[in-house]
Amino acid sequence: MTNKSTIYLDYASTTPVDPRVASKMMQYLTPDGEFGNPASRSHRYGWKADDAVEEARSHVANLVNCDPREIVWTSGATEADNLAVKGLARFYKSKGNHIITSKIEHKAVLDPCRQLEREGFEVTYLEPDEGGIIHPRQVKEAIKKNTILVSLMHINNELGTLNDLNAIGEITREAGVFFHVDAAQSTGKVEIDLSVMPVDLMSFSAHKTYGPKGIGALFVRRKPRVRIEALIHGGGHERGMRSGTLAPHQIVGMGEAFRIAKEEMKDDHIKVNAFHEKFVKEAMKIEHAYINGDLNNKVPNILNISFNFVEGESLIMGLKDVAVSSGSACTSASLEPSYVLRALGRKDELAHSSIRFSFGRFTNDSEVNETLSILHNVVDRLRQLSPLWEMHLDGIDLDTVKWDTH
Amino acid sequence: MAYSKKVVDKFENTLNNPQAFNVGRFDPSEENVGTGMVGAPACGDVMKLQIKCEPSGNTHIIKEVKFKTYGCGSAIASSSELVEMLIGKTLEEAKEIKNKEIVDALELPPIKIHCSVLAEDSIKQAIEDYESKQ
Repeated sequence: MTNKSTIYLDYASTTPVDPRVASKMMQYLTPDGEFGNPASRSHRYGWKADDAVEEARSHVANLVNCDPREIVWTSGATEADNLAVKGLARFYKSKGNHIITSKIEHKAVLDPCRQLEREGFEVTYLEPDEGGIIHPRQVKEAIKKNTILVSLMHINNELGTLNDLNAIGEITREAGVFFHVDAAQSTGKVEIDLSVMPVDLMSFSAHKTYGPKGIGALFVRRKPRVRIEALIHGGGHERGMRSGTLAPHQIVGMGEAFRIAKEEMKDDHIKVNAFHEKFVKEAMKIEHAYINGDLNNKVPNILNISFNFVEGESLIMGLKDVAVSSGSACTSASLEPSYVLRALGRKDELAHSSIRFSFGRFTNDSEVNETLSILHNVVDRLRQLSPLWEMHLDGIDLDTVKWDTH
Repeated sequence: MAYSKKVVDKFENTLNNPQAFNVGRFDPSEENVGTGMVGAPACGDVMKLQIKCEPSGNTHIIKEVKFKTYGCGSAIASSSELVEMLIGKTLEEAKEIKNKEIVDALELPPIKIHCSVLAEDSIKQAIEDYESKQ
């Protein structure tokens, strides 16, 4: 392994494939494995591959308590989000052209919404509160006569904050509006029971839950029935909603990952929760550190902290032995700080100063302890280098300084 | 991230040994000190550069430089690089330093060129401040 010396605390970005999952996937590739095309109806290779795909579908359905026939395989959560948002809007466009989403959705929902705006749809972008939560009453107030879809995420990928799906779903049901949820960060983290949740479409990803990249799924409710227009045509696979030869090794990987997630969710949670508590306690000993996102309404595997007077990318460079991500502009090509943190009303400099730590199944105590010790050291050193910290110590209120913006 | 080894080394050395890399401050009210501060926290970088000069013939020579930078790794490396270029130069020579020299020295990628521009601006402002006191 090449990265062994680097501590991995970026599980919200992707997780390693669980070795149990990888070994199962290996059985569906080679000549001595089940490499068949699940769509081949005329021979044993096809039947075996089809059996494996359907077993995996049951594992996915089982984790979220829905009917396996409600699961449509996609290439990942991004495709599932695209299929849900664009597919539903285009199918029901004669019913209405208004969509409600939020400013802190993943780009996999925001960009399809932008595309729909170009096609003549109208989109309302709800603003989260300062803790990153979208409140059910905001949804209620935004629904109009021509609203056809509400699309909101379950767990925010940058903050770990949770939306109240049951309360929002009750509102959409009552208004006769469809409800799509991006649950890419949720599986294996929180209980999802689609048999009672008033949600019509839900997107899933394998690679955030110890499965492989390149595979995901969309839950499409049968009762009450939801219709979507396919984005990809070519053979009518997945009941016409998503054509293309299925990838049994990927699908089996997702199925096995979700099967394990159901079994080990409680243990994973207990472990990660302990890391979270320790991290919050120790990191908050650093002066002028602020947690982004409502601490009382979030999952413990994601922790987003701003360290004022220190820029996020330099902090990431200083934390070179730890893999984390930043809301800072400089890590992306856009030079804009995180749109999620800005939507919370955080000042730009705090958005520039944010780091997301995310823990997972393979994180251990010594990694957390070492990260905390490096973090204290690097923040301290960067502040010695920071003219803003110097001004702060001199008692200057940075908000009153006239900056030479460029 | 497309960082050259030079940026990483300069950043790390400056972080781990700030005194040796001219991190610090002079009293800005002193007559032989010129201070420049450019950038804004909201933009993600602020550079503060101070020069301490001595008259020499009909010009002034930069004897010491101190800086502090809030910003990404390239911004910190750019300031640190510039500071080393300045020591011992006359003000006229210092005015001639262009951001391109910093880009070349650190092999900055295109997206980080603004860091070197900021560094160039900081020395111009520091010299202006110094000259206004003479």
